[in-house]
Amino acid sequence: MEIMWIEKILLVVIVFAISLGTAAYSTLAERKVSAFLQDRIGPNRAGIFGILQPIADGVKLFFKEEIIPANADRFLFVLGPSLFMITALMTSAVIPWGKPLDLGGRMFDLQVTDINIGVLYVFAVVSIGVYGIMIGGWASNNKYSLMGALRASSQMISYELAMGLSIIALIMMSGSMSLKEIVAQQSGELYGISFLKGMNWNIFYQPLGFLIFIVCAFAECNRTPFDLPECEAELVGGYHTEYSSMKLGLYLFAEYVNMFVSSAMMASLYFGGYNVPFLEMLNLPYNVEVFVGVLAFFTKIIFFIFFFMWIRWTIPRFRYDQLMKLGWKVLIPLAILNILLTGFGMILTK
Amino acid sequence: MSVLSLTNRKKVLQKRKLTFAESIYLPAIFSGLMITIRHFFRRKSTVQYPEVKKPFSKVFRGRHILKRDEQGRENCTACGLCAVACPAEAITIVAAERKKGEEHLYREEKYAAVYEINMLRCIFCGLCEEACPKDAIYLTEETAPASYSRKDFIFGKDKLVQPLGTSAHPKTFKPYVKDNKPYQYKNPVNTKI
Repeated sequence: MEIMWIEKILLVVIVFAISLGTAAYSTLAERKVSAFLQDRIGPNRAGIFGILQPIADGVKLFFKEEIIPANADRFLFVLGPSLFMITALMTSAVIPWGKPLDLGGRMFDLQVTDINIGVLYVFAVVSIGVYGIMIGGWASNNKYSLMGALRASSQMISYELAMGLSIIALIMMSGSMSLKEIVAQQSGELYGISFLKGMNWNIFYQPLGFLIFIVCAFAECNRTPFDLPECEAELVGGYHTEYSSMKLGLYLFAEYVNMFVSSAMMASLYFGGYNVPFLEMLNLPYNVEVFVGVLAFFTKIIFFIFFFMWIRWTIPRFRYDQLMKLGWKVLIPLAILNILLTGFGMILTK
Repeated sequence: MSVLSLTNRKKVLQKRKLTFAESIYLPAIFSGLMITIRHFFRRKSTVQYPEVKKPFSKVFRGRHILKRDEQGRENCTACGLCAVACPAEAITIVAAERKKGEEHLYREEKYAAVYEINMLRCIFCGLCEEACPKDAIYLTEETAPASYSRKDFIFGKDKLVQPLGTSAHPKTFKPYVKDNKPYQYKNPVNTKI
C-alpha cells in the first residue's frame, strides 16, 4: 500500500516537473518560432540555441522589484496569479500519459488519478482559472486591468459553452467521461478496417467537433486571435498591467502551462493520446511499447503547442464584437448541430 | 472622368458582401498559415552583429579626419573654406601662424590652432571634404560615437587629427595595406599634436 503512495507521489512530482519544464521551454520556443516565422534567428546568446534563456528570464523576473499599487487590495492582488497558476497545474492530474507500465507483474498507471468524470473535472478546474484573471484585474484598481479582466471573463464564459457542447458529441460516442477510457477506446480499428489498427481516433469521427474545440481552446488560453484580455496595443497588458516581478511571471507562465494542458487534452480527446498507428505490428516488448506511446503523446502535444504559436504569429486578433458574435452566433449553433449529427449518425450505424 | 494616377499599382476597392468561403475565415487562415510556414524554412536575414558586421557603402560618410602628409605634417592651412561650405555651420577654426622650428608639424605657413566640429550639428553631407583645397579633411568610414553630454560632441583637434603612424589612405584610420605591406611613416622628430 505504501509503495502505491510513493509511486503516486513520484508521478505527481514528475508530471508537475514536466508541466513546468514544458511551459518554461515553451517561452523559449515561442520566441524561437516567432523569430523563424519572421525570418529572424531569435534568442541565441544564453547557451547554444538559447537553451538557457528560460533560466535567465526566470532569474531576471525573480530579481525585479515587486510593486503592489497603493490602492490595490493586497490579499486579492497576491491571490490572483497564485490561483491562475494552481488551476493551470491542477488540470494535468487526469491526463493519461501512457498505457500502464508493467513493473514485474504489477501494473503502474501513468495517470495521476482516473476519475470517472475526468472531462468534467478539467472543465471545472479550467473555469476556476478565470477567477485568477478576474481577481487580479479587479484587485489592481486600474481601469485597463479591469477592462482586461472583464473581457477575459466574458470571453471565457462564452467559449466554455461552445467547448462543452462540442465535447458532448464526443462523450455521446465514447459513452464515458473518464479520459483513460476515452483514450483507450481510440486504440481500435478505424471505421472497422482491420488494417488501420491504432488509428481509431476521434478526429475521424468528430472533425467539426474538433474544429469547435480547438477554436474554443485558443479562446480559453487567451491566445491570438482571442488574446483580447491582455492585448498590448489597446489595454497596455490588460489584467496584468499592474503586476511586476514573479507575480507577472506566474501569469505569463500559467498561460504556457494552460497551453500545454489544452494541447494534451486535444491530443488525448481527438488524436488518440498515446496510441500509435501500426505499432502492434512491430511486436515490441510491452514496456517499450508503453514508452513509444508516451513519446508519441508528447510529440502530439508539442505539435499542438507549435500550432498555437504558428497561429499566433500568423493572424491578427478579433475585434471584440466579432469575438462575441463568433462565440454565440456561430460556434454554439454549430456545436448543437454537431450533437444532432452525431446522434443521427449513431442511430444509423447501430 | 479620368483621375490622375501616379502609379500603376492603384487598386479600386469596393465593399461587398463576403462569400461563404471568406466568411468562415478558415481558408484564409489556412493560406496565411502556409505563408508563415514557408518563412519558417527560409534563410534568415539576421546579421549576428558583434561578430559579423555589415560593410558600409563605399561612399559612406562618417566622422571626420584631419589628414597629415607623408612626412606627418598637418595638411590644413586654416583657409576656412570648409567652414564656409558647411551648411550646418558646425565647423569653427582659429588660425595661427607657423613659427620657426614648427615646419615638421604643419605643411603651410598658416595652420589651424583650433579646429572644432560640433558633431550634433554636422549633417555628414561631405561638403567640407569637397571644399578643401589641401586634401586636409575627409569623412571616414567610422561612425561618430555616442556620448552622455553635449560638450563631448564638440570634436577638437585631439579627436580629429589623424594619429601619427597611420595610413595616408583618406578614408580610414587603419594602416593602409599596399602590396601586403603596411604603409609606414617616418616619424618626425619632436612630435607633439
